[in-house]
Parts: sequence; structure tokens; C-alpha cells
Amino acid sequence: RILRFHPTGVKKIEKVLIANRGEIACRVIRTARRLGIRTVAVYSDADRDSLHVSMADEAYHIGPPAASHSYLRHDKILDVAKSAGAHAIHPGYGFLSENTEFAELCSKEGVIFIGPPASAIRDMGIKSTSKAIMSAAGVPIIEGYHGEDQSLDRLKQEAAKIGYPVMIKAVRGGGGKGMRIAMSEDEFESQLESAKTEGLKSFGDDIMLLEKFVQTPRHVEVQVFGDQHGNYVYLFERDCSVQRRHQKIIEEAPAPGLSDEVRRSIGEAAVKAAKAVNYVGAGTVEFIMDKDQKFYFMEMNTRLQVEHPVTEMITDTDLVEWQLRVASGERLPLTQKDVRFTGHAFEARIYAEDPNSAFMPGAGPLDYLSTPTPDTYTRIDTGVRQGDEVSVHYDPMIAKLIVWSDDRTSALRKIRSALSEYHVLGLNTNIQFLMDLARHPQFEAAEVHTDFIPQHYDQLFPERTLSTEAICQAAVILVIKEQEKAFTRNYNTQDPFSPFSLCYGARINAAPVRKVQLQDGDQTITVQVQSNSDGSFTVTLDGKEHRVSADIDEDREGDRTQLRCNIDGTLSSAHVVIMNNAVHLFSLDGKQELRLPVPKYLKSSGLGGGSNDPVAPMPGVVEKVAVSPGDTVLKGDPLVTMIAMKMEYVIRAPHDGVIEKVFYKSGDTVSKGTVLVHFTENKTDPEATSNSD
Amino acid sequence: KISSQNVTIKRFYNADAVVTIGSMPETDSADYKENYERMQVLVQDLRSKVSTVLQGGGEKARNRHLSRGKLLPRDRINSLLDPESPFLELSQLAGYKLYGEEEVPAGGIITGIGRVSGVECMIVANDPTVKGGSYYPITVKKHIRAQEVAQQNHLPCIYLVDSGGANLPRQADVFPDRDHFGRIFYNQANMSAKRIPQIAVVLGSCTAGGAYVPAMADESIIVRKQGTIFLGGPPLVRAATGEEVSAEDLGGADLHCGKSGVTDYYAQDDLHALHLARQCIKNINYKKTPQVTIEPPEEPLFPADELYGIVGDNLKKTFDVREVIARIVDGSKFDEFKTLYGETLITGFARLFGYPVGIIGNNGVLFSESALKGTHFIELCCQRNIPLIFLQNITGFMVGRDAEAGGIAKHGAKMVTAVACAKVPKLTLIIGGSYGAGNYGMCGRAYSPRFLYMWPNARVSVMGGEQAAGVLAQITREQRAREGKPWTPEEEEALKAPVIKKYEKEGHPYFSSARLWDDGVIDPVDTRTVLGLSLSAALNAPRQRTRFGVFRM
Repeated sequence: RILRFHPTGVKKIEKVLIANRGEIACRVIRTARRLGIRTVAVYSDADRDSLHVSMADEAYHIGPPAASHSYLRHDKILDVAKSAGAHAIHPGYGFLSENTEFAELCSKEGVIFIGPPASAIRDMGIKSTSKAIMSAAGVPIIEGYHGEDQSLDRLKQEAAKIGYPVMIKAVRGGGGKGMRIAMSEDEFESQLESAKTEGLKSFGDDIMLLEKFVQTPRHVEVQVFGDQHGNYVYLFERDCSVQRRHQKIIEEAPAPGLSDEVRRSIGEAAVKAAKAVNYVGAGTVEFIMDKDQKFYFMEMNTRLQVEHPVTEMITDTDLVEWQLRVASGERLPLTQKDVRFTGHAFEARIYAEDPNSAFMPGAGPLDYLSTPTPDTYTRIDTGVRQGDEVSVHYDPMIAKLIVWSDDRTSALRKIRSALSEYHVLGLNTNIQFLMDLARHPQFEAAEVHTDFIPQHYDQLFPERTLSTEAICQAAVILVIKEQEKAFTRNYNTQDPFSPFSLCYGARINAAPVRKVQLQDGDQTITVQVQSNSDGSFTVTLDGKEHRVSADIDEDREGDRTQLRCNIDGTLSSAHVVIMNNAVHLFSLDGKQELRLPVPKYLKSSGLGGGSNDPVAPMPGVVEKVAVSPGDTVLKGDPLVTMIAMKMEYVIRAPHDGVIEKVFYKSGDTVSKGTVLVHFTENKTDPEATSNSD
Repeated sequence: KISSQNVTIKRFYNADAVVTIGSMPETDSADYKENYERMQVLVQDLRSKVSTVLQGGGEKARNRHLSRGKLLPRDRINSLLDPESPFLELSQLAGYKLYGEEEVPAGGIITGIGRVSGVECMIVANDPTVKGGSYYPITVKKHIRAQEVAQQNHLPCIYLVDSGGANLPRQADVFPDRDHFGRIFYNQANMSAKRIPQIAVVLGSCTAGGAYVPAMADESIIVRKQGTIFLGGPPLVRAATGEEVSAEDLGGADLHCGKSGVTDYYAQDDLHALHLARQCIKNINYKKTPQVTIEPPEEPLFPADELYGIVGDNLKKTFDVREVIARIVDGSKFDEFKTLYGETLITGFARLFGYPVGIIGNNGVLFSESALKGTHFIELCCQRNIPLIFLQNITGFMVGRDAEAGGIAKHGAKMVTAVACAKVPKLTLIIGGSYGAGNYGMCGRAYSPRFLYMWPNARVSVMGGEQAAGVLAQITREQRAREGKPWTPEEEEALKAPVIKKYEKEGHPYFSSARLWDDGVIDPVDTRTVLGLSLSAALNAPRQRTRFGVFRM
């Protein structure tokens, strides 16, 4: 409708190509569709069956999985844009979103690049340049050295001038890469070396800048927008202080505890920054804020940010719509005085990663995926469905969970409960960690800063012990499931109601007691479950009897069971999924997992994956194979080197033996749990223990 | 123009509802309470006897067995069965106090019916913790009875073999006769011929005759380093030929799976073997097709434990068998047949777990009319392929001049003929006394009911102990009178007391069960379950046509 009233100079966008994948591609497609704009997706081999491909009106293949051969290929993407007749390209975030050359190429080819002018990207992309511009424009900056003399002596001298602690940062860096902190002069040299190495590896550039390091700062950023007519607005700020591996994990808007005065001045400073580079479109100006709410310009991200939805939630806007309108030459839909915010929004980023192993990124299949039900105040931005795979080739984010409520306290409550309804199986996620984070008293009190996680490490990673409740729930659901199976198995035969189907476990002159075995890590838990005539169960655990009655409801076509238990008079409920040889219990307290032992005969046939052959610890690419068939190896000898999530893994021999087969060669992609090499069968007897007890 | 008359159909909406039977017992009455308590004592005794039996052999034997990495026989069965499958165990009290000081719990062999891979199967498991799993006479009898049940009801057989073979000192009572050891293999061959699968799992030794269990089976499984099969064990071989050979080399899994071909599947351990047995049953392509109508089952309206208070342990007290039926059948619904005729025999139709049943229960001594009514009812059930359940509580047929003159003998004979010839599944439960020809007319053991169970209060004998003592006293008194000798009341008492005692002992359910005169003593509360499972098992057999013998008119 807006397009009808466009002033002169407006170029219609009727078809947009999204040069991205995953949730942001889906996000853009959703708005485009609402606006009646047709969408073109591009995809690599790894994304052939991805959600964004199926959502778009058209989709084009652009190459192999590696981003450098697909999503980063300017030529291929522009070719698709031209042949599909797309008027504009939305780059999303990451990939080509802040690529000057690509933005220039687009304008040369007459395709609208949905983003700022190439010059603005360039200005803001180089830290030292951006700071100089900001300083000149009157935006507060942190003192530092941005000079060209990169000699060690000069850098050391400048560091001393700024005063320790000092931050060493790659000029072209981002996302925490190529960044180190030197607490004192002693460690300056080594930290510099390490920052340079990483910078070189990540950006092909080892030019460093130095900055005063603000201790326990908050990370506050302002969403700004500019149009092609010189109008600017800020859409208030977001607090993204809590980070791990220098990456955001939970964001909120507005930033808690800001006075109106600070809020206005930080917003105006951000607009000033945007104006200084003639910014157009959506941008984010990031600030460091100290304890006294003094803020300093850090950098400007010249794109739509991952966490933009929290701003949308409190300002009731659609920033992708704004991007499309501005890109087609329209004026900003609102002037500053009309931009208002209400309530409070949180975004939690759900990642395939292992918080317990230093947030190591992960990948793998989403064997099971169930989310809270989206509504006006609960938003789920995701690019994956159940059955999809979180690929090793790209960012391991699974989804963004965004909630809105009237105030911070209730919004926090809401994100906690929404997280407890976010159920993922098949790979490690950070959901439990996010829940622990969202209920941390200091987080509740908005006492946030960028060192929040290390500071509260112990409380955020509590020792988890399995509750009696969870064990009772797991044992009872297994028995109920088998009872159901006993019944349904014969239900469709000519003998549907035989007492052999109905009298569960009946024994003559004795009460049937089911012994259930569960495994919690290395610990085996034995539970006795006796079915009582009134339908309840007597569960014996560690010599103690518990009276349990249970009520179940199947949902999601029987994938998941809603279990309501009364254990010794206390009511509890959980969602239960039995999958991959484990019982998974999801409750308000998070996920608990009890593995089911696999009989030895299934293991030896390979079904249970219990052979002693070494397997890939995570999905990745084989870098080097150190052994060949016939080799004799000792326990601990390296067998295969793998690259996964940009990290190197050496898979070592689990025991002495002779290699019989090697299944992969350098360059092969393997999934998690794949057997890499096979040892010659050991002729001596394996332990003759069975798992009967 | 065609004119037509309207048809007005007037009927009750609920006209199809069924009148239920049974009444609320007076649970506060002294009678009820006494009955309840006394029956409870009997059940408690039964449970405690059975719990000892379930332990199998002594702790030492169990530990020795476990130390070899083997599963106890009951755990073997539990692992073999489908999860949550019932196990209708037969004759738990077999061998009870049968061999003086020697205890043979469960007769040294566990038999029963359970579901394996969805199929109701007869499972026969040696208990090697009892006398090394060797066959006592009662072991043989129980094994053969299990095969008889399997054959009658077309149940695939799974033999979990772990036995030292025949008990040598008792060879005369286990080897030569028709229903001795050899019959086991005869049965295997003949069942296989009738397409009743025979699966053997060799979990321990199978020596001599025992070797034929796996060898005669359709398929057999053996556990490495545990199972052995040979006609003569190493000691015999040494004695016969001087050859020195280990048990494993002589008949282990490697030999029999690899070389001799005696066994078909090679198992790593007990669990694996049982898993393989489950796979075997999966592959028998067996489909149960009950030739009866089936309706969704309903629980009875009354709690089963009220049977304690209604029946009690005093056989002289009478109760209405309808109250028992009301606590067994679906929804307590019973369509009684010939209610007002021959009232001492109750007959009627009901459902048990959805299966149709014809029930015949005693409400007193059998008169000619009762016998005729019973005969008529059995004919109906056979005509319609409706299984029969006999609830025995019978002192016998009526005696006396009137009765004889009324032809009670031929009328009773009609009922006995009908019972004997009926080929529908027959289930018998003795809930009280079972005396004399009443036992015949109500389908006692000799009439081959598919299953026969007893309540712990029940008694079986040719007549009641007191009647027998009275008859003997009468004969002696007359003899004394003929000889002109005196006969004091003290002497009469001295004669009667041991007779009464003997009858009491020999009529007791444990005495009966120990000798396999029945298939088990059960808690009245479990009646519905036990009869239901038995009926379900019985319906595996194809329908058989009944041809009655001559009914004397």
C-alpha cells in the first residue's frame, strides 16, 4: 500500500533475493511475503532441504557447503539476482552483509543492496577510521591508539600511555576474534602476538589497535535507522552485556536501569554517529557503558543485528519492512518523536553448543524439536525444523526465542517458562544454561556486565544431581509405555482384548515387580516398579518405597508424552521423550536425561554402537589419517585428525591393537559417532557379564 | 397413487441393557467377617508356600548358578516374555511334600504360558538350582502335562533346557512307562507334526535323553561355554571308550553350531539366547484366530475380594454360586438359562475378557432335572462353539430310592457323556467340595478340561471324610453285629478319626496340586485373571466339532 504513494525516485522492490540462510533468511522472507514481495532464496549443497529454501518463492543452488564457495560468492549471487529478476538483495547478517565490494558491485549491476552505502560500510568496518570519525563528530570514544606504526615498541609505549589494562584488537576484527586483553605490561607482548595470529587467520590482517579496557562494562547498543532523504531516528537501546566467548547470548530492550536522560543522550549520540557516515538503512551503534552509565562508542554494525527482534517487540515495528521501504527510497515511517517503546523484551539465543565444555560449538541432527507455541508476545525465529541438521559449515544457532511483557520482571518470567518448553534432542544445546542464567538473582537484579558468566560461574553451572522425582517419573513412564505397547500390539489383531494384553505382568500368587535399569552418566540406577491393582505404582529406589500414580497424554502424534505424576502426594509434571536409548524429561527445572542400558548382544551386532572402535566425537572433516590397515598401534597413538567447528581434534587409539580397516581419507566429511577405523577383532573373550542385574 | 400404512415402532431406548447379577454382601455380618478372615488365612498360607517355591533351590545352588554368569530360570522366563506379558504359571506346588525330606520346589521345572513376540507360548524351563535340574517322577509328569496343555491348545513350545537328565536312583519311575521320559520326545515329534512349533534353548547341559529335547526341536539355540549336548557325558565316554574329552569339546556350542549342526543359533549368553528365541517365535508366522465373537471387556461390578467373605472355608456353609459368577464375568452380566428348572445347577451365558463363555455352577446336590439341564446347556455350547467354565462345589448326585427310581443314574450319565464328549474348551475351577460322581459331571480331571484350578478352601475326594468314615463305621458295626461282638462308641470314634484325617489330608488342594491332579491352587481374587488367561490360551486351538456318545433316554 505504501508503494502506491511513493514519491519520485522511489524504485519498486517487487522481488528480493536473500543472500543468506537459516533463521534470518526465513525472517526476511516472512516480512517480504506480508508485503507482497516475491522472494528468491539461494542455497548451498548443505542447505538443499533447508527451511529457507522451502519458504521462498524461488530457490537457486549456488555451490558447495563451504561459505566461501557459496554464500560468499559475489558473482554467483548476483547472477542469480539477475536471472531471477530480483530488484534487491537482502544480505541478512554475517556473510556479505558488511562487504564493501559486494555493496559496490550491486550498485554497479543495478541491483539494490539492502544496507548502507558502501562508503559507510567501509568507514565503519575499520575500527581506527570509525573512531576517528566518531571523535570528530562529537561521539564519546575510548582513548586508544589507532596509529599505523605497528612496531612493538610503539604499541607498548602507547599502551603505557593509555594505562593498563589495555585491550588489543584487530582493526578489521569482529565477533571477539583477534582480540586480547593485557592486564599488565608483562603480558602485553604475548597477548599481542596471539591477537595478531588470530587476526591473520580470521581476517588476513594483523593490524592492531589499542584501547583502554573498561572493567566489568555493560554492552549497550542503539538501533538506528536512516533513509535516503537525510532523516534519522533511533529506536532505543538494547543491553547485550551477558556474553560467552565474546558473543552475545541473551539480549534485552530497553537496557535496564537507564535514566531517561542517559537513554536520550545515548540515542542521540548514535544518531550522530550514523549521520557522520551518511548512514542509510538499519544500523547498530555499540557502546561500552561503565558503572556510572558513562558510555563510549565501540563500533557500528552496518546491518540488521541478530538481536533486532527485541527492539521490534518494544517499539512495535518491523525493521525488515523499514529496510525494504528505505531501500526503495521511501522516507522513514516514523519521526523521532513518534518512536515510542513500551514494556520489555528478551531474546535468548539457542545454540548447538556445550556450555559445560567452554561453550564448544556443536552440530548434529535435530532428532526432536518442540518449541513453545508462538503468540503475540512469544516469537521464535528459526531456520530449522525437526529432522534438520545443524551443519558444521555454518553458525550453530538453532533459534532465537523472543518474548515481550509489560515489565522486565514478567518478561524474565516469561522467557524462563518459554525456555522450559523449548525441547531439543539429538545434539547439545545451551537451553539449560539459558534457564540457569535467566533465573540467576544477579541477572534478575539487572546487575549485568560482560564478565557476568565468569563471575557467576559456579552458580551458573551447578552440580546437577538427578532427583528422586525424575527417577520415579522415568521408571514409571517406561513401564506405562510397555503396558501401552502390550495392549496396542494386539489391538488390531483378531484377538484385541486378550488378558495377555490387559493383565499387565500378572503372575500367579505373587505380585509382579518390574526391575528397571537406568543410567545417569556412569552410574547405574536400579528401580523396582510394582503395579498395584488400583493402577498406581510402588517404586522402590535405594530401599525406599514411593507411591506413584501417573496420568499420561500423548501429544505431537505420540512423539512426546505429557506425564503428570503424584509421587508420595506431591504433584509434578514433565514432558517425556524416549529417543536414542534414553528417557528425556523436560520440566520447569530443565531437561534430565536417563540413558537406557543396551543389552550386550545388541552392542556386539553393532546396533548399539558399543564396539570399541574409535568414532568421530563431533561432525567434521577428516584432516589427516595417521594409520593404514595392518598397522599396530598402542593405546593413545593418534589415528585420525579431524577439523570440526574450526577446531582440531586428534582421535587416538582407545587400546592397543591392530588396525584392520580405515574408513575415511583426508577431506572426507563425517558425522558424529561415525566409526573412523576398525580394529582387528580381539580373539580373547570379552567380559562375560550380562546386564541382567 | 400408492397408499401405505404407517408403522409405529414403539420401544424403550434402553431395552438392550442387560440385567446384572450379584448383590452387595453384608460385610458387617459376623458370618461374612469370619468367612473373610478364614479365607484370608488360607490365601496367606498359599502365598507364603508359593513364595518359597519361587526361590527355587537353596541359596547355595542359586549363587553357584549365578556365579557362572547364568540367569536364574525365572529371570530367563521374564527375559523371554514380552515386556508386561502375564505368565500363567502352572502347578507351582508340584512336588510339594512328595518325597519326604527331599524338597523339589515346583517339581524342579517351571511351566506356564506367556506371550513371546506377541504369541501365547508354552514355556518349559528346567530349574538347575533344584537337584541340578534332574527329572524326578513329578518333573516328568509336569513336563508332559505342559506339553499336553500345549498340544490341546496349540501353543508353540519353548524349552529352556538346563538339566542333568533323569534322576538315576528313581529311574524306574521316570523311564519305562508310557507317560515317562520318552513321552517328552514323542510329544515333540507329534506336536511338530501338528504344526505346533518346538523351540529349544540350551542354557546348560542336555545329557543323554535330554539331548533329544534340542535335537527333536524345530529350531534350537545354544549358549557358548554354557550349553552342552551329548548322548553320553565325558565320564560315560571315558568309561565306554577310554576317550578323554572335555564337555565343551564333546558337545559345546562351537561344535554343535559349527560342525554337527545339532543346533542352529549361537548365543553369547543367556540374554542373547532368549533374544534369539524371541526372534524364532517372531518367525513362526503364527496368527491367533479365535473362532468366537469378541466384545470389549468390562470389569465386574463387585470387588473380587468379597469372594473371601461370601465363600469362606467351611464347606458345609452354602452360598449362591451366582455371587461368585458376579465377581468373575464381564460387567457382572449373566444371561441365565433355565433359571426355574433344576435349580441346583446354575447355567448361563456370560463374557470373560470379551470372550463368550457358558458357565455351569453348583447350587446344591445334582438331581435328575439338574443333570438334564446341564446336558442341554452343554449341547448348546458345543453347537455354538462357546467355551465352558465349570464352577465345582458339589457333594454329588442325589441318592435315595426316589432318585434312583427317577433314573438319576441315566440322567447323570447323560451329563457325564456330554461333559466327556464336549470338544469346546472346558475350564474347571473347584471352589468348594468335589465329591464322587459330581466330580465327573462337573468336568473333573478325568474329563480333560483344558485347565483345572482349585481354590485353597476346596477339597477333592471320592466322598467327604465324614461320609467315608461313617460308611466304614457302618460296615464294621454290621460285621461286629454278625459276629456278635460289641462295638463301643469309643471304638467307632477310634475307627473314624484316622479316616477323617486321611481324607482331610488327601483331599487338600496342596496334596492334589503336589501330584498334578490340578494345574494350580489360586487365590480367589485372581480367578478372573487366571480363567481369562486360560481361556485366551485355549482359544489358540482351532475349533473342534463335538460328537456326543449315546445319551440313554
